[in-house]
Amino acid sequence: MIASRLLAGLDLKGRVFLAALAGLAVLVPVLNLAVPETSALHVPTYVVSLLGKYLSYALLAVALDLVWGYCGILSLGHGAFFALGGYAMGMYLMRQIGPRGVYGNPTLPDFMVFLNWKELPLTWYGFQSFPYAMLMVVLAPGLLALVFGWFAFRSRVTGVYLSIITQAMTYALLLAFFRNDMGFGGNNGLTDFKDILGFNIQAQTTRVGLFVATVVALALGYAVARAMVNSAYGKVLIAVRDAESRARFLGYRVERYKLVAFTVSACMAGVAGALYVPQVGIINPSEFAPANSIEAVIWVAVGGRGTLVGAALGAIVVNFAKTWFTGALPELWLFGLGALFVLVTLFLPKGVVGTLSAWSGGRRQAAPAGVAAAPAAE
Amino acid sequence: MNAQPELTQALLYLDGVSVSFDGFRALNNLSLVIGPGEMRAIIGPNGAGKTTMMDIVTGKTRPDEGDVLFDGRVDLTRLDEASIAELGIGRKFQKPTVFESQTVEDNLLLALKGPRSAAASLFGWRNRVKASELDGVLETVGLAEHRARLAADLSHGQKQWLEIGMLLAQDPKLLLVDEPVAGMTDAETEETARLLTRIAGNHAVVVVEHDMAFVRALGCKVTCLHEGTVLAEGPIDAVSANERVIEVYLGR
Ligand SMILES: Nc1ncnc2c1ncn2[C@@H]1O[C@H](COP(=O)(O)OP(=O)(O)OP(=O)(O)O)[C@@H](O)[C@H]1O
Ligand SMILES: [Mg+2]
Repeated sequence: MIASRLLAGLDLKGRVFLAALAGLAVLVPVLNLAVPETSALHVPTYVVSLLGKYLSYALLAVALDLVWGYCGILSLGHGAFFALGGYAMGMYLMRQIGPRGVYGNPTLPDFMVFLNWKELPLTWYGFQSFPYAMLMVVLAPGLLALVFGWFAFRSRVTGVYLSIITQAMTYALLLAFFRNDMGFGGNNGLTDFKDILGFNIQAQTTRVGLFVATVVALALGYAVARAMVNSAYGKVLIAVRDAESRARFLGYRVERYKLVAFTVSACMAGVAGALYVPQVGIINPSEFAPANSIEAVIWVAVGGRGTLVGAALGAIVVNFAKTWFTGALPELWLFGLGALFVLVTLFLPKGVVGTLSAWSGGRRQAAPAGVAAAPAAE
Repeated sequence: MNAQPELTQALLYLDGVSVSFDGFRALNNLSLVIGPGEMRAIIGPNGAGKTTMMDIVTGKTRPDEGDVLFDGRVDLTRLDEASIAELGIGRKFQKPTVFESQTVEDNLLLALKGPRSAAASLFGWRNRVKASELDGVLETVGLAEHRARLAADLSHGQKQWLEIGMLLAQDPKLLLVDEPVAGMTDAETEETARLLTRIAGNHAVVVVEHDMAFVRALGCKVTCLHEGTVLAEGPIDAVSANERVIEVYLGR
């Protein structure tokens, strides 16, 4: 019933997007596992994980679009939620290593033995359990967003000021996670993972499994975000984005609406981070770097703010470009990214998908959306 | 705080209200009483404090001193915008403000009386609004044919009406309407005067306007503000004949 209601609420691009994800979930595993390596159609395992990484970025972009595109909250700190989810997953993976570490300590991860710690810090308790770790993947970023958002939205911090404090938040976490005495592996972070749920993390089938899990998570994340923005709640969210004080004087508690969106979005970003870590094999404090959060904003802007699908596509396309660029012309990537952002802002303010749907929408409907920066909220 | 017994008759009661911005006194010992179902026009030169008065009543600005009571008992100075709106005070802004990227219908749906919490909207309890109410409002403000259009595509006058329609959908006890006919044609202005007089009676309406023909058409008691305080109050003919009002506002 829920599924049919959701499908009914999907527009064309949403259906195409979900169909494409379903196609990927089938096609990529087949081309990797069933097609022989000699064939030109074979997808190497490292490419499977690379695609998985892009899709986890796409989930982060969808999460960011929920708050930025639909509620006007330009968060420049979403990388922090992503990284927290990643650390929660990393801690589970570290505990799975058990006595197979270099120092052979059955409970303490290597870096703790190296620091001469005698026992496991409280923060690490429970992380040997997968369900507990998964709970933390959602709870850690969710709680941070709840507390941060509660203070920020209640004091009516908006616009540039809000963006700046979200940057400060992720920067503060960057510094904290760098410290050895925080107990999260310092600047080396967490790595050398062995297995996940008992499966060897390097194995081809595990990699394919992680890829499929990421596709499913992206589809679910998209569905949740779409259901939210299509509901009566979403209409209020858009109202807050377009005319916050009007919404307030109609009796809406704007800060609560923002807080719900911000928290859900942070949880989603945490899940994205948790899927990212086993596929790249490491999590370290650099994931908290302010620049990472800004890059995520660029993906959303390029794909099309307030479209969800566009955000996901933006993340995938920009990261493809990044992989190619950093291979071919590494020193030019940052300039390329900057130029891309400027060009999109100037010539495609609604992003690629936003512009395309404005064109097709303009033909169907006599009245085109005449407002700049007001993405079609279908 | 408790209200004195004689005040219980008034729907809105302002007494000795003052507020300063960086030393500038926008409201100066302002007193104003609006009865239930009353229509009141407020006039006065630019910067007289008309909009600031509405800011005080709706919780946007806190007064430095003075009492602001609603329904004879609720102290509005302690509440925020959302609570005040929930009590039954609606407001139209001086600059028409509607939700541009949403349809006329959705704008009104957002305004319709009903649960306002995030949970209520997220789980669909808010969806149980009556279609008849929506149609009624659309009819009243003359936007029935435009219900599916984006608010951004409406003309200036239509946006003003949409915003008034949103107030009606809210069904407040008190409507504060700031310059509803600014930028309207004469025909639209007349239509708006008819609309507002129809609304009054069931709702108390406070209208701020510079257009004297419009104020006359409202046919109600008039208050003239000047430098944050009441200069004159009474029937339109008396107020517009007042020497001081002519001097500071109407001109010779
Ligand atoms: N938030 C604020 N901060 C600083 N000054 C303000 C603020 N709000 C109002 N003022 C000042 O208070 C004075 C009264 O402004 P107000 O908007 O109430 O006038 P008004 O009677 O509505 O005038 P108009 O007819 O031009 O709309 C003005 O001088 C204005 O500049
Ligand atoms: Mg004004």
